[in-house]
Amino acid sequence: MSTTGFAPVGTVVAVRRRLQRRYALVMALLAVLTLAAIGLALAVGDYPLPLAEVVRSLLSPFTGNVEPAGDFIVLGVRLPRAVAGLLAGGAFGLSGVLFQSVLRNPLASPDIVGITMGASATAVAAIIVFDWSGTAVSLSACVGAVVIALLIYGLSWRNGVTPYRLVLIGIGMSAIAGAVVSYLFTRARIFDVQEALAWLTGSLNGASFEHLAPLALALLVLTPVAAVLWRSLNALQLGDDTAKALGTRVELSRLGLIIVAVLLAAAATAAVGPVAFVAFVSGPIARRLLGPAGNALLPSALVGGLVTIGSDFVAQHMLGRNQLPVGVVTGAFGAVFLIYLLAAAHRSGRGG
Amino acid sequence: MSANHQLSAADLTLGYADRTIVEKLSIAIPPARFTVIVGANACGKSTLLRGLARLLTPRAGTVYLDGRAIHQMPTKEVATLLGVLPQTPVAPDGITVADLVGRGRYPHQGWFRQWVAADDAAVANALQATDTLDLAGRAVDELSGGQRQRVWIAMALAQETELLLLDEPTTFLDINHQVEVLDLLTDLVHERGRTVVAVLHDLNLACRYADHIVAMRDGKVAASGTPPEVVTPELVKSVFGMDAEVVSDPVSHTPMIVPVGRHKVKAKLKAAAE
Ligand SMILES: Nc1ncnc2c1ncn2[C@@H]1O[C@H](COP(=O)(O)OP(=O)(O)OP(=O)(O)O)[C@@H](O)[C@H]1O
Ligand SMILES: [Mg+2]
Repeated sequence: MSTTGFAPVGTVVAVRRRLQRRYALVMALLAVLTLAAIGLALAVGDYPLPLAEVVRSLLSPFTGNVEPAGDFIVLGVRLPRAVAGLLAGGAFGLSGVLFQSVLRNPLASPDIVGITMGASATAVAAIIVFDWSGTAVSLSACVGAVVIALLIYGLSWRNGVTPYRLVLIGIGMSAIAGAVVSYLFTRARIFDVQEALAWLTGSLNGASFEHLAPLALALLVLTPVAAVLWRSLNALQLGDDTAKALGTRVELSRLGLIIVAVLLAAAATAAVGPVAFVAFVSGPIARRLLGPAGNALLPSALVGGLVTIGSDFVAQHMLGRNQLPVGVVTGAFGAVFLIYLLAAAHRSGRGG
Repeated sequence: MSANHQLSAADLTLGYADRTIVEKLSIAIPPARFTVIVGANACGKSTLLRGLARLLTPRAGTVYLDGRAIHQMPTKEVATLLGVLPQTPVAPDGITVADLVGRGRYPHQGWFRQWVAADDAAVANALQATDTLDLAGRAVDELSGGQRQRVWIAMALAQETELLLLDEPTTFLDINHQVEVLDLLTDLVHERGRTVVAVLHDLNLACRYADHIVAMRDGKVAASGTPPEVVTPELVKSVFGMDAEVVSDPVSHTPMIVPVGRHKVKAKLKAAAE
């Protein structure tokens, strides 16, 4: 086709540039907020440290400027906790935005379509029935997430999978897994109940770097895969017909994206428990910040990390003397956000 | 400049779940012509179009693109030759017009070929052709139905394919924009040698613009050929179940259908119809 003058192309380029600028701005804002949240998490606590002291501790492995007490608190206790929040929150955020985009439904996060509930059922079974703990429980959670995902995908298959059917079956499976958890509790000894409940709430207590290694590895491998698949997601979002018309292998791309999303949710749940609603809120918050400025993948990961670290800070330091697990705060925050989303959808007449 | 791609179907059977909609249909789309498919609601026009565009897998029979079975070709290769506008496409929340139209460039991009200046040019051309350039920065979900329809046409145009299949591209459009869109599609056919297939409901515009018209009834081709060959009162009666007079369109001398309903009909005609 011939280009008719410069003006039309100029308009198109200007729109694209404007969106790119907004994307860069949102990413910068989220990065600064995340750094600030980590800084706060490292400095504040029963043993408050000035920021300069925190920085010195962080650099001490390189500078050799060691101070055992402070270094232990910063590097041994608070840093692993903050990193746990960042990685798990990031993985939940990625998983959530992938689910929501693939299934074209803002409510379709892994905590709503049953993935985290499946992980919970097997983890609770591991604690209550088999008396396992630690890594064995984490592995059970992973297995549970993958198995329930397979069940949901299999049950919704009928000449291909439609997003809507997948969401409905996911919600049903989530209820079944929830029932399994309740049943297991009725058979449990009181000591196991406590442990299982603590796990179910999701918490960053006792986080350590060794403990986080599998999650870090999962993120390292799966984030680039998600970034590559995001291209086909851009087409999938236009509906199956248009996506196929544009040359996307719809079933294959959708399956690939769901596998990545399930593995991310499984890895995060195995590491810190099913921290409620982080996966659910991250995508929508990122999209609200981005407006029409496109690719919500990395912004959602940052929002997830930020929400988790921020909620942990609130749970630890701002709710009186009782230190609560992070899941209590994210659960409350997520519930409020859910109501806000439903109300907003209702107002704009789009209903979900 | 056009390679004149051939699209045809042999004994094509299409359906959903346990219902067969199109049975043993054979059709050849004339290359470098404007083909219009007409027919009553639910007679299977969209189903046929989706089958031809490899969006629906056939129960039996084959769709051929340049002699190759289209369902066996790499879907991305097909997407560079054949563009489709489905009847009810969905736009993601909040997406801008320029971004949506840009998605039409998807088949031209890949791992190593990202967004380039040619993509901007294709998007700009498509926007200009559909009279939507001044909407480029607006959100699609804030547009009127007709504006949105033209944006979707722009997306299909941005794909820059030799073959273009459009399902009811003129719904929601006012009369002026209907004519503009059909003029634009005719330009593509007659000036650039593209092959265009469109489902239309306005029989008079169909007769005026079609080089080749396909009338469908109950999943079968009831008649096909040039509009004067095909469009007769008998055909209108059998395809749409409606009495009509066919006169000559004063502007184009193509057939023009004047429907005869139960009311507002001169007594003489009424008697003839009964
Ligand atoms: N996805 C689907 N699943 C099941 N049945 C379908 C589906 N799409 C269409 N049908 C059925 O197939 C038949 C033909 O539908 P089709 O959409 O092809 O009609 P059409 O000729 O395009 O009608 P219209 O003029 O109303 O667009 C209808 O009876 C319809 O109910
Ligand atoms: Mg139709």
